[in-house]
Amino acid sequence: MNHEELQIRTQSDIVLVRKAVRELTAKLGFGLTDQTKITTAASELARNTLEYGLGGHLEMETLKNDLGKSGIRLTFIDQGPGIADIALALTDGFTSGKGMGMGLSGSKRLMNEFTIDSEMGKGTRVSVTKWK
Amino acid sequence: MERIPILKMGSFLLVTIQVDMHDQLAMNLQEDLTNRISATGARAVLIDISALDIVDSFIGRMLAGIAGMAKILDAKTVVVGMQPAVAITLVELGLSLDGIHTALNVDRGMALLRNSLELSDDEDLGAELANES
Repeated sequence: MNHEELQIRTQSDIVLVRKAVRELTAKLGFGLTDQTKITTAASELARNTLEYGLGGHLEMETLKNDLGKSGIRLTFIDQGPGIADIALALTDGFTSGKGMGMGLSGSKRLMNEFTIDSEMGKGTRVSVTKWK
Repeated sequence: MERIPILKMGSFLLVTIQVDMHDQLAMNLQEDLTNRISATGARAVLIDISALDIVDSFIGRMLAGIAGMAKILDAKTVVVGMQPAVAITLVELGLSLDGIHTALNVDRGMALLRNSLELSDDEDLGAELANES
């Protein structure tokens, strides 16, 4: 289906990610609350990509399941140092940086599906999906 | 450098955030507000976020930081105008914004601040009205 790629290299790119995700969710007909949840999750994950992954990119896809339901999938990919302990990184309040430690765990709650793959020294790939 | 304007009205500082802030802009606001409280002796800070269509953990932390620093400088902070969808998202995200006073709109926020500072309705409306950005 529809596929778009956005670079995440600077703080301004996080703002552009929010704008692009908001526009796409609105176009897909998500309600205002879901638009806000998805955009907020995107903002958290884009910041992680920049701060911990040392930059990377976002792939935005629109989906349609067997029942004709539409959805959006956001995949954040970096080639950074990777996450040593994913379970720990997913704990509310855990942070290795200057954040509040709500980015990963919070994004997981805001979306329907959440997968994370990380390899030390290779990078991290976080994929989140929300269905209408 | 890009800045968000801070209005001084009597002993109040007023901020309306009308742009989608990148992180540095949010940090600048935190620093500017703290400096302005110190320089003006303001007793209260009102931050209107009705134009913000998301508050993520970074902006939440910035708001909490402003409230914390203001408190140390003897000023009270109230955040007003949060959109319902933003409030729902914040709770699900796991941010409780502890220590931040909120009010539904500017009127209620001003009333809350006046009340807590024990000011009468027009006491804060000093003749001076400065806009420094």
